[in-house]
Amino acid sequence: MPDHDPNPAERPAHGEHGHDHSVTPCEEALQELYVYLDGELTEEKRGAIRGHLDDCNPCFEAFDFEAELRIVISTRCRDEVPESLRDRIAQQLHTTDD
Amino acid sequence: MADQAQFAEQAMEYMAPLYSAALRMTRNPADAEDLVQETYLKAYRGFGGYTQGTNLKAWLYRILTNTYINSYRSKKRRPEETELDEVEDLYLYRRLGGLEAVAASRSAEDELMDFFTDDEVKDAIEALPEQFRMAVLLADVEGFSYKEIAEILDIPIGTVMSRLHRGRKFLQKRLFDFASTRGLIPAAATDNDPGPDAHVQPALAE
Repeated sequence: MPDHDPNPAERPAHGEHGHDHSVTPCEEALQELYVYLDGELTEEKRGAIRGHLDDCNPCFEAFDFEAELRIVISTRCRDEVPESLRDRIAQQLHTTDD
Repeated sequence: MADQAQFAEQAMEYMAPLYSAALRMTRNPADAEDLVQETYLKAYRGFGGYTQGTNLKAWLYRILTNTYINSYRSKKRRPEETELDEVEDLYLYRRLGGLEAVAASRSAEDELMDFFTDDEVKDAIEALPEQFRMAVLLADVEGFSYKEIAEILDIPIGTVMSRLHRGRKFLQKRLFDFASTRGLIPAAATDNDPGPDAHVQPALAE
């Protein structure tokens, strides 16, 4: 495993632009990535991130990837309920009368 | 106060997601079936305590979760919480090189959806230590809000967020390992170190 800074998201993502000692918009956006995708940000913060994503293609790509991955995970985690289980539960509720 | 007669018509539609969640929790089809059946029986008996108009799905998940914790978990108690901290943010993105690189590495019409199989995604979730598995399952598969997850698992919202954060990283690492095992990763991407100057751009963006 990498033994450098274990949390690259906390490094200035745009160091080449000379923002090494402050929080860059990219860093801010990445810190909020999951909260954004979870739909849990305030409208104000949400708008700020959306504005950044309009301007910053690398961040947009990262967000887009994570959003797509989320869809893959929820889509690929489905299972068919065995008929026998449906029947058992229906039967059980039918005969339970307390 | 809810009427038990209404139970079947309201609660039955959630059986498929409850069964999927039960499978991920127990990692065993026989236990999952028993867990879902027990959940429905408890929910039916307790339906008088459910307030109509509130979130029935979350209420059912809370019963499922509590039943799992009380009756099923102890069977195969394993050490939890290991080795999760070393995975950095955007782990999979940085290594796969973004959506375009994923498509380019295979045939043109393939997308991220086709990159992993059902079994791989399920295995990756089931491999998560339990507390992370539950949070990821409820958020990423079932789409519950932080507040709902906090209520279902009976933990503070801050704890929900930190478990999600760590659980998702671990999940990504596991998915990457599957892709590597199948030889789907271009050689350059298997270098684990994106380098100290890595931008948010994927390592393979060029």
